[in-house]
Amino acid sequence: MMAAALRGSLVTLAKGLSAARLQPLCARSLSLTGQNFVESPPARADSTFKVTMVPGDGVGPELMTAVKDVFKAADVPVEFEEFHLSEVQNMASEEKLEEVLSSMKNNRVAIKGKIHTPMEYKGELASYEMRLRRKLDLFANVVHVNSLPGYSTRHNNLDLVIIREQTEGEYSSLEHESVSGVVECLKIITREKSRRIAKFAFDYATKKGRSKVTAVHKANIMKLADGLFLQSCAELAELYPKIKYETIIIDNCCMQLVQNPYQFDVLVMPNLYGNIIDNLAAGLVGGAGVVPGESYSAEYAVFETGARHPFAQAVGRNIANPTAMLLSASNMLRHINLEYHSNMVSEAVKKVIKQGKVRTRDLGGYSTTSDFVRAIVANLSHRTV
Amino acid sequence: MAGNAWRSTVSRVIGAIKTQTPQPRTFSRGIQTVTLIPGDGIGPEISTAVMKIFEAAKAPIQWEERNVTAIQGPGGKWMIPSEAKESMDKNKIGLKGPLKTPIAAGHPSMNLLLRKTFDLYANVRPCVSIEGYKTPYTDVDLVTIRENTEGEYSGIEHVIVDGVVQSIKLITEDASRRIAEYAFEYARNNQRASVTAVHKANIMRMSDGLFLRKCREVAENFKDVKFTEMYLDTVCLNMVQDPSQFDVLVMPNLYGDILSDLCAGLIGGLGVTPSGNIGANGVAIFESVHGTAPDIAGKDLANPTALLLSAVMMLRHMGLHSYAKKIETSCYDTIRDKKLLTKDLGGNSKCSEFTDDICRRVKDME
Repeated sequence: MMAAALRGSLVTLAKGLSAARLQPLCARSLSLTGQNFVESPPARADSTFKVTMVPGDGVGPELMTAVKDVFKAADVPVEFEEFHLSEVQNMASEEKLEEVLSSMKNNRVAIKGKIHTPMEYKGELASYEMRLRRKLDLFANVVHVNSLPGYSTRHNNLDLVIIREQTEGEYSSLEHESVSGVVECLKIITREKSRRIAKFAFDYATKKGRSKVTAVHKANIMKLADGLFLQSCAELAELYPKIKYETIIIDNCCMQLVQNPYQFDVLVMPNLYGNIIDNLAAGLVGGAGVVPGESYSAEYAVFETGARHPFAQAVGRNIANPTAMLLSASNMLRHINLEYHSNMVSEAVKKVIKQGKVRTRDLGGYSTTSDFVRAIVANLSHRTV
Repeated sequence: MAGNAWRSTVSRVIGAIKTQTPQPRTFSRGIQTVTLIPGDGIGPEISTAVMKIFEAAKAPIQWEERNVTAIQGPGGKWMIPSEAKESMDKNKIGLKGPLKTPIAAGHPSMNLLLRKTFDLYANVRPCVSIEGYKTPYTDVDLVTIRENTEGEYSGIEHVIVDGVVQSIKLITEDASRRIAEYAFEYARNNQRASVTAVHKANIMRMSDGLFLRKCREVAENFKDVKFTEMYLDTVCLNMVQDPSQFDVLVMPNLYGDILSDLCAGLIGGLGVTPSGNIGANGVAIFESVHGTAPDIAGKDLANPTALLLSAVMMLRHMGLHSYAKKIETSCYDTIRDKKLLTKDLGGNSKCSEFTDDICRRVKDME
C-alpha cells in the first residue's frame, strides 16, 4: 500500500518529466489526490523496501558489503535483491540481463557498482552497462560534487551538480569500418533527448533551489550536433525565468574548473563531456571514492558512485573507499522517503571523515575499508523515534 | 687559375646535386629566416616584443612578416594569400600570433585554413609550472600531443531527419600511426621517459580501438620509451589530483583539445602556454593560443609570455638550444621577480616594461 503510494508519486514525477508539454514541474501539484490514490500517512518503516543490487566488477562487491553492513547496523528497512552481472567475469548473458531488468522494473530503485567493459568485443559494440541504461531509459546522470568537511583539497567548499545525458551522444555504439583502416563513429544528438535532459536540469535546479544552469558544448566546431543541443537548452531556459542560463565551451570549462570552479552551479551536457567533467570534478574534491551519483529515468532510479571506475587494482586488498557508495546509498534512502535513516547514514559518514582519525588510503590515511566501516557503524547515532 | 675556377664550379654543381637529399635540421650555421604572422588585436604588440627580445639575445633569426587574411581564390575556395604560402613553404618554420575569426565573414576559421594548407597534423603543448606564477598545482611537467586533422573535428555533420543530427568521428590508420610516431620521436628527442595513449576504447571500441592498436604497434619500434595507455576519464581524475605522474600524452583530436586546455589551466591559463603545430614536409608553426583581446589592443598592456615561450619552443625545434635556454631563463626570472608583471599575471606594468626587463636580463647573461 505504501509502496503503491510511493509508486504513484514516482509516476506523477515521471509523467511530469517525460511529458512533451513544456510546463515547469513546480507549477504542477505533486499531490496524489488527483490520481485516484489515497493520501498516504508519513512514511514509517512498517514494511521493508525491496531494492535491486548489482555489485558489478572490481571493488563493487566490497563496497556493497560495506553498504549492507552499515544498513544492518542502522536497522534500515531495506531488503536487497542481488544479481551478479559481469561482462569481464563471463557472468553475463541475455537471460541474466533480463532477470536484472525485471527485478528493477518491479522494485523501481536499484543500487549498483560499475559493470566493467572489456576492450575486446564479441559481436555487439554496446556494453552491458550501456544496454542496461538504454533498456531502462536512464537518461539523466546526476553527480553531486561536494567538498567533504574536514578533508581539504586544492579547492575547498565546492558545491556543484553535474547533469549528463546518458543515452545518446558519442556513446551510441554505432561504428563501422568503411574501408580497411578508416573507421567512422557516429555521434547522434536528437532534439527530443536534448530537450528532455535540459528540462530535467532546470527542474532539478528549481527543486533544489539552485540559481544557475550552465550548458557545456562544443558548438563552435560541431555546429549542427552541439548546436542542436544548445538550441534545446536555450528554448527550455526561457520557461524558467528565475534560473540564470549560461553556456560555456568544453575546453574552456575544463580550464575554468581547475582555476576557478566556484563560478559554476549546475552543469548540463551531452554524454562524453559529462564523462570528462564528472571525473574532473570528482578529482577536485578528493577522487572517485568520494563522489556519489545517481541515474534517473522516467520511472526508475539507480544509485551508484559519481565517477564510475571498477578500480580493479584494489580488489581483495581492502583499501577501497566506501564513502561514495555510502553517500549514494543515503541518497537512495532519501529517495524512498526514509529520511531519518538517510540522515543517520550520511551524518555518520561525514562525522568520521571530519574527525580524520580513520581514513582510507585515497584520502591520505592508512585504514582499511573494514576499519572505516566499523568507525561509521560506531558513529551511527540512534535516536529513539 | 682557370682550372681552379673549373674545379670550384664542378664542386658547386656536385654540392647542389648532393643537397637534393633532405638536410639534417642543423640551422646553427648562418641566419635562419622565419615567417612571422603577427595576427590581430594584441598580436602586433606581442610580436614586436618577441622580436626585440630575440634581437637582444642576438639569436640568428631573421623575420619575414606576412599577413594571412583569407582571400577568395578562383572557384570561390577560400585560401591564404600566396605570398604567405610561398614564404612558409620556403622557410618551413613560422611563428603566429592570435588570429580572430569574424563570425559572419563567410570563410572558415583561419586556424582551420592554415591547418589544411600545411597539413599540420600534430599539436604539441608542453605544460610546465612557472615558478613565479602561483597556481594550486606546482609540479606540472607534461606535454600533450594531439592529432590535429581528423577525429571528432572532421566537420562531417548532417541532419538526418528534423530533430536528429549525426556527427561523424573519423579515425584512420595512417593518421593514427603518424601521430604515434611523432609522439615517440618527440619523447626520444626531448629525453622524456614515457608516452601515454589517452583513449576511450571501452566505449568507442572500433575507432579508439584502432587508434590504440596503432600506438601499440609504433611503441614496438621505440623500446627505449615506456608506453602506457589510460582511459580519458581516469586521466582527468588523476590529472587534477596529481599531475606529476604524467609525462607525454598522445591522443585523438577532441580529447587532445580538452586535455591540452585542462593542462593549460593547471599552469595558469592560455596567457602563459606555448604551443606548436607540426606538419608534413618539415613545416612547423608555433603559436600563442590565447585570443586577440581586442579590449586591450594597442594599449601596451598585453602579456607576451605565451608567444615568447612558443618562440623558445621554435628555437629548440631548430636546434638552437643555447639561445632558447637564455631567453626562457630570462623570462622565468622576470616573472619570478614579480616586480614588473603585466596585469593578467597580477602586476600593473606595461608590456614594454616587461619586455625591456627580459631584454636586460638576456644581455646580462652574455
